[in-house]
This record gives sequence, C-alpha cells and structure tokens, in this order.
Amino acid sequence: MRSKVVLRRLFRNKQARYGISALVLLILLAYVGPFIGPYDWTDKDFLAFMSAPGSDHWWGTGAIGQDMYAVTLRGMQKSIVIGLLVALIATGLAAIVGSFAGYFGGWVDKVLMWGVDLLLVLPSFLIIAIISPRLKGGSWLWFVVLLAAFSWMITSRVVRSMTLSLREREYVLAAAYMGIPRWKIIFRHIVPNLSSLLIIDATLNVSLAIIGEAALSFFGFGVQPPDVSLGTLIAEGSRNATGYPWLFVFPAGLLVLLVLSINLIGDGLRDALDPGSNS
Amino acid sequence: MGKYLLRRLAINVILVAVAASLAYMLAATTMSPRAAYQGRQPPIAESVIDATLDAYNLNDKTPVLQRYGTWAKGVLTGDFGRTWNGGSVNQEMGRRIFVSLRLLLIGTILGFVVGVALGAVSAVKQYKLSDRLIGVSSFVIMALPVFLLATLLAMATYSLNDGLGFTLIEYTGEYNPKLSGFDQFLNRLNHLILPTISLSLGSIAFYSRIQRNMMLDVLGQDFVRTAMAKGLRRRTALTKHALRTALIPSATYFAFAFGTMFTGAIFTEKIFAWHGMGAWLVDSINANDVNSVAAVTLFTAICVLFAAFLSDLLVAALDPRVRVS
Repeated sequence: MRSKVVLRRLFRNKQARYGISALVLLILLAYVGPFIGPYDWTDKDFLAFMSAPGSDHWWGTGAIGQDMYAVTLRGMQKSIVIGLLVALIATGLAAIVGSFAGYFGGWVDKVLMWGVDLLLVLPSFLIIAIISPRLKGGSWLWFVVLLAAFSWMITSRVVRSMTLSLREREYVLAAAYMGIPRWKIIFRHIVPNLSSLLIIDATLNVSLAIIGEAALSFFGFGVQPPDVSLGTLIAEGSRNATGYPWLFVFPAGLLVLLVLSINLIGDGLRDALDPGSNS
Repeated sequence: MGKYLLRRLAINVILVAVAASLAYMLAATTMSPRAAYQGRQPPIAESVIDATLDAYNLNDKTPVLQRYGTWAKGVLTGDFGRTWNGGSVNQEMGRRIFVSLRLLLIGTILGFVVGVALGAVSAVKQYKLSDRLIGVSSFVIMALPVFLLATLLAMATYSLNDGLGFTLIEYTGEYNPKLSGFDQFLNRLNHLILPTISLSLGSIAFYSRIQRNMMLDVLGQDFVRTAMAKGLRRRTALTKHALRTALIPSATYFAFAFGTMFTGAIFTEKIFAWHGMGAWLVDSINANDVNSVAAVTLFTAICVLFAAFLSDLLVAALDPRVRVS
C-alpha cells in the first residue's frame, strides 16, 4: 500500500516527527486544556484585573478580568478550526477549478483562468477587510469563506498544468472512450493522481490560513468580538505588551508554535510523498 | 514577440479596469463617508453634508452607477477624485508612493542579497553546522508572521531605550522634522533600522531556502564539474557557473518583489507608523474613504501585473530553455 509507505517515510523523517508530536500536544492543549483550568473562558474575575500569572490564574488575567489561560485556549481552538476549514475549502476549490480548466480546455479553461487572474490581481486584504467587519451578525464562517476564496488561485494553476499532461495518459483516454462522463473522469482519474500535491498544499494552507486570520484580526478586520482567536488576542495584547507581557506572550508563542509544527509536517510530507522533489 | 506583448498588454489593461471597478463598486456600496460628518458637534445641517459629499462624489444618495461614471471619467483623465475630507487622492498617492519606496528599497535588496548568499553558503556546506543553523533559523523565522516580528522588535527597542535612558534606536515614524541637513539624514537612517529588519528577515529566510535547493540541484550537474575540471578554482566555478544558473528562481521572485515595492508593506508601515501606501490602505478602509480605496486597488493591480511581467521577462532573459512563443 502506498499510504503505508508514505506514512513510514514520514515517521522516519526527524523534522516531521517533531512537527507531529508538537502539533498533537498543541491540539490536546487546545481541546483538553480548558477542562483542566479552573475558569471558563466567559468567566470574569472582578477581583483581578490585569493580574500577573500565578497559581489562581495560570496565565494571568486581562483588562476585564478574563482568565487568559481559558481565553487563549479558546482562541487557539478557533484558529485551528479556521485554519483547517480554510485549507480544506481552498485546496478543494483549487483542485476542482484547476482540473476542470485543464481537462475541458477551450472556453471553460479561458473563463476559469481569467477568473483566477482577476482574483490574483484584486488585493485580497482589501476585499476581506471591507466585507468582513460588515457581516454584522454573520458568523465567523463567513470569514472562513472569504479567506478561502482568496487562497486557492496559485495552486489551481499548478493543478491545471499537471492536468494538461494527465489528460493524455492511456487510462484517462481509455475511460473517455468507454463513454464515462467527463466530470466523473476528473474526480476518479485526474484528482486522485494529484493527491500528493493536494495533500502537501492543504497542509501548508493550514498554516497560511492561521497566519492570515491572525494578520487580519490584528487590524480588527478578522474574527469579530465576542468571538476570540489567536489574532484578536495578539492584537489586544500587543497594545500594552511592555507593561503586561503575559497578554501578548502566550497567544503569540502558541501561534508561532502552531505554524512551525504544521510547516514541519508539510515539509516532511513533501519529502515522503515526493522523494525526487527538492523544493 | 511584438504581437505577444500587445496581446498581453491588452489583457492586463482589461484586468486592471475590472479589478478597479469591482473594488470601487464594493467600496461605494458598503462604506459610508457620511458617518464622518453626521456625528459631529455642533451638528452639521443635512443639506450642507449633501453638498459637501456631492462635491467629493461620495454622496450615497446619488445612484452608485452615476457615482461610478463620474469616478471612471475622472480616472481616465488621470484624476482619482477626492478623499473623504476633500484632499486630492492624486497628491496623497504621489506622496505616499515615495514613503513606501524609501522604506522598502533597502529592505527588498538586502533581503534578496543576504538570502541568496546564505542559501548558497548553506548548499555548499550541506549538512555542516552552518547549513543546519541557517536551515533551522529560516524555518523559525518563516513561522513568525511579520506583524508579530515587527511588534516584538518595537517592544525590544522600547525596553532597550528605556533601560539606556535615551533613544538609541527609533521605533516610530519616518524622521524627526526638527532636524535638518546631515543630522536629518542620520535620523532617517536610524528610523529605517527596525522596519528594514522586520521586512528583510522574512525574505532572507524565504530566499535562502529557495537558493539552497536550487544550488544543490546545480552543484551535482556536469557543467559545474567540467568547470572545475578545466582548472577553474573551486570558488570561481561555484560563483561564476553554479550560482549564476541557480539564481534564476530567486531572481524571478526578486523581480516580482521589486515591482510590487511601490504598493507598500501594510503591517510594517502601520506598526512603525510610516505613512506609506500600505498604511493608507488600512487608514482609508477605517475612514470609509471610497475613492482612496479604489485608487489603492487600481495602483496595486497595475503594480502586480507589471511585476509579473517583469519576472517573466527576466526568466526569458536568464534561462535559455524558456522561449516566448
């Protein structure tokens, strides 16, 4: 089985091992950690504003007495979910658009690639920044859709060019001569053959999406209160980071660790899935 | 070649026009510059607000298409309209482009040169201590988003200055307007230190990884061995033959970065309080400044397409295998 070989190669890679263990620990912290902490993320401690980390509030408290341990973990959950969802949607979209454009060719190809060019030219930061805060009452899922909508274009071009060469393979031609509908050929024969590219892309997209979310939230254009994410926490913490470093250090550190571990896994996956590649 | 260029130019012009129009429509329908006038004390009469907004082509009571027509007509004659408080968008843009340029020029070049050098060294000394050190640090730096890095640098400098009791390194603004002559020049350089570090570190990490991979590819190839076999010193063979060929991918990225330099750096500019194009984007969104948003989009689209064109040209010039058909 190929997947077994790939997994074995992945675990033999030292970088990837570090990445996987760090990511598992971080996810455990995000989802199990809140049950261990003494406070809920919505609790306010009116006796402790901006207090330093201690035995009661492990990571200190914020301006209105929130327990930073609970709030930060809650924010990390949101960041992880956003990262995963955006990566899934973006890579899926890239696979579909790229393979349809490459397989159908002609005007379908032209129209789709024109759309890709247009989205690449539009400054994504601007569009998301204008729309996202105005989705009043809309949930953060809209933000996920927006972020995903602007992060699939380059991969779709790669997928398209790979589809162009796959289109002429014997098994694809055979399927076409047997009269199988073209959309079925794409999903059964083309996309599975691009899986290594797509898996690597999806992994790296997770870390890109987490950074993107944090960057937009840093200016208040991303996740809107009362929701919290690592980005909103870093934005709040950085405002008075010199006086109250615990507000900044924990979310920022977790963000870096999260991105670093995902990047390590992505790099290891690339080596495992595509041993010949050198990039 | 000429036909190819013309076709490409035509497509790009259409792309820019569509992108800018979409941005204008989006901004004009969702943003309300009226809000900036309504909440004032003492209150301004409705008719006065209308008249002011009409004069700036920002009145939301005028149909969007009509406003778009006025705007588009202006843009075609090179007039980007008025900001929300009546300033000229053209003037603002002219000023800010050069602020961004002054900020990014050094950082972009420094990032490329240092990154390529580190990547090449890393490849030549593969698996040695220096290679591992460069590899690990570039990995860590790439996991550090630029807004985090910039904030950390600003914080560290603040504490350093605080500890020293005087301002050793400036961390906000572009220069001190009170100084003049050579002092002002030094002051400008001082203000450049932190933003340049925060801009170039990321690109150093990025270029060093690309350059290392490319260099490793090239090092194993025949022409490098031949160069050494014909009696060139190792150093000459590496720099003249290997590095030059391995430079192509980094150079194309550099061409792209160079072309998009005028569009500014959103995070670095905001955090270190430089009033360039990147900061303008954030400020104009916050100020509901429709015409500025559209102008920034138009300008960015032109820069991106020009930069892509520049990097394509460079590939064609450097790589004998690529020929434009």
